[in-house]
Amino acid sequence: MSESAKPLLEIKDLRTRFHTLDGIVNAVDGIDFEVYQGETLGLVGESGCGKSVTALSILQLLRCPPAEIQGSVRFDGTNLLGLDREGVRKIRGNDISMIFQEPMTSLNPVLKIGEQISEAARVHKNMTRQQAWRWAVEMLRMVQIPGPNSRARQYPHKFSGGMRQRAMIGMSLSCNPRLILADEPTTALDVTIQAQIMSLMQRLKEEFKTAIVLITHDLGVIAEMASRVVVMYAGKVVEEAPVKEIFKDPRHPYTQGLLGSIPVIGRKEQSGRRLQEIPGIVPSPMKTPLGCRFHPRCPRVINRCCDQQPPMIRLAKHRRVSCWLET
Amino acid sequence: MTEIKEDNVCQSGERVTENRFGRIWAKLKRNKVALVGGVLILVYVLSALFAPVLFPGSPSAPNLMKSLESPTLKDPLGTDELGRSILGRIIYGSRISLIIALGVVFVGIIFGIPLGLISGYYGGKIDFGIQRITDTMLAFPGFLLALALVSVLGVGIKNTVISIGISMVPLYIRLVRGCVLSVREEDYVEAARAVGTRDVIILSRHILPNVMVPITVQTSLSMGTAILFAAGLGFLGIGVQPPTPEWGAMLGSARSYLFHAPHVATFPGVAIFLAVLSFNLLGDGLRDALDPRFKI
Repeated sequence: MSESAKPLLEIKDLRTRFHTLDGIVNAVDGIDFEVYQGETLGLVGESGCGKSVTALSILQLLRCPPAEIQGSVRFDGTNLLGLDREGVRKIRGNDISMIFQEPMTSLNPVLKIGEQISEAARVHKNMTRQQAWRWAVEMLRMVQIPGPNSRARQYPHKFSGGMRQRAMIGMSLSCNPRLILADEPTTALDVTIQAQIMSLMQRLKEEFKTAIVLITHDLGVIAEMASRVVVMYAGKVVEEAPVKEIFKDPRHPYTQGLLGSIPVIGRKEQSGRRLQEIPGIVPSPMKTPLGCRFHPRCPRVINRCCDQQPPMIRLAKHRRVSCWLET
Repeated sequence: MTEIKEDNVCQSGERVTENRFGRIWAKLKRNKVALVGGVLILVYVLSALFAPVLFPGSPSAPNLMKSLESPTLKDPLGTDELGRSILGRIIYGSRISLIIALGVVFVGIIFGIPLGLISGYYGGKIDFGIQRITDTMLAFPGFLLALALVSVLGVGIKNTVISIGISMVPLYIRLVRGCVLSVREEDYVEAARAVGTRDVIILSRHILPNVMVPITVQTSLSMGTAILFAAGLGFLGIGVQPPTPEWGAMLGSARSYLFHAPHVATFPGVAIFLAVLSFNLLGDGLRDALDPRFKI
């Protein structure tokens, strides 16, 4: 992650909206960030703030219509949004792959694990069936599934949640992509399995020099994995910072609220002091509030927050915040 | 240590796959009605396969000396107006009916499944186009459509198969499209798209196997309907032509002797009835056996 290097993925003013019967939903509303070779970028935010839609927009996995994607997504110099169907298909799984949130439903119940993992290699590397199968077994071995030879011949229902997520990781790594979009890869797993999956991803990342966009709402995961964090709220980026700084010195009230709501086990709470929460809920993307989108829930709201959108204020190279308090 | 573990895993894996078919069979076996249907179908299939053994000689050769005889030991179901054995004609007729039924579902599947997959998966204008054509075809009663088509194409086994087959196509399109609409939203389809799988492969390897159950059931039911339609066309004299022993045509020519020799019309009618019934019973049984929600 050298400071001068060109970004691997550069997103500029990405807007994704859905045309629904009830009106237009602005799920992602003009976000920008970049990802560098080999780094892990954390994308944090509450449910419904547009994290997953961002990932799906990068790979254009949304149905258009009803979705409409605008802006620019430059991957290694090429604008992915300018490519045709075939061009995007060649990028998917080969240069950029994705790990999904739900390992229980992301594998096809009627296909053997080995067949599903070998698919990417057959599509992108022109391998024969046998070659791809052996490759899939290697992938299973790499993600530490015991007995990969026989496991590859099994159907997904024989796999536990953690093993399925490993299989999914093996699938996403099978063409040695340069970027992995991990959409809440551990949310559906229990804590011990989470830790295993995280350390596995960390190890593989170092081994393959893959960049990861880690989408999550779990700040613990971020602290462990990410080198840089982008915080999203209601379809917009509100803060970006290197991971240490975000924990030490969060600038945006929303980030402060997120950090304040992490319970710390073992810390004796004084009587009467409860775990902090952010009051209210995320605004509906159809009716976003005027001005700063966080102002109805913000504890430090000032007058101008209510009618004027705060500008993005750059504090350092990878340090920016969108809040009137910083001006 | 690891190897021992691996062996265990492998064995249990095979046992489960065996069990899957075993369980479907066990469920089907418990459904006595479906089993009766299956056995009857087996009887028809065997008599179609071994027709020359069961009935030596030609089923169409007339013997006017024995015209319209009642059932005897030699001709257990009697003879028709040209003195031909009705049993023999029914046995040979099962060949015709089964071939027509297979041909019809083949036509239905060949056109219906791809169009249904495309319509459901792509949606939008393609879906709209295919569905409006389907609507138009479904607006006609199935038999009427087959009747209209056969009057354009002409008589004979081939045209019977084509016209009834085409009238089945919209049913398959609708069925497959409906199933695809739900399967295409599954996470594993999105995951397959995310690794860059081609649409053809997604449709054939990921979606089609997940919609096979309703297709299987529909096919069994369609076989019954096809036999009924073919008999209907034969009865009206625009399907398979005499002297080919076809159940519907037999029924049609027996109509004139209904009071004088009722057995001539009765037995082909019973043959049609049992064939259609058995395919419907098997279809119902398959639906229950293949549905994972019904546990035994």
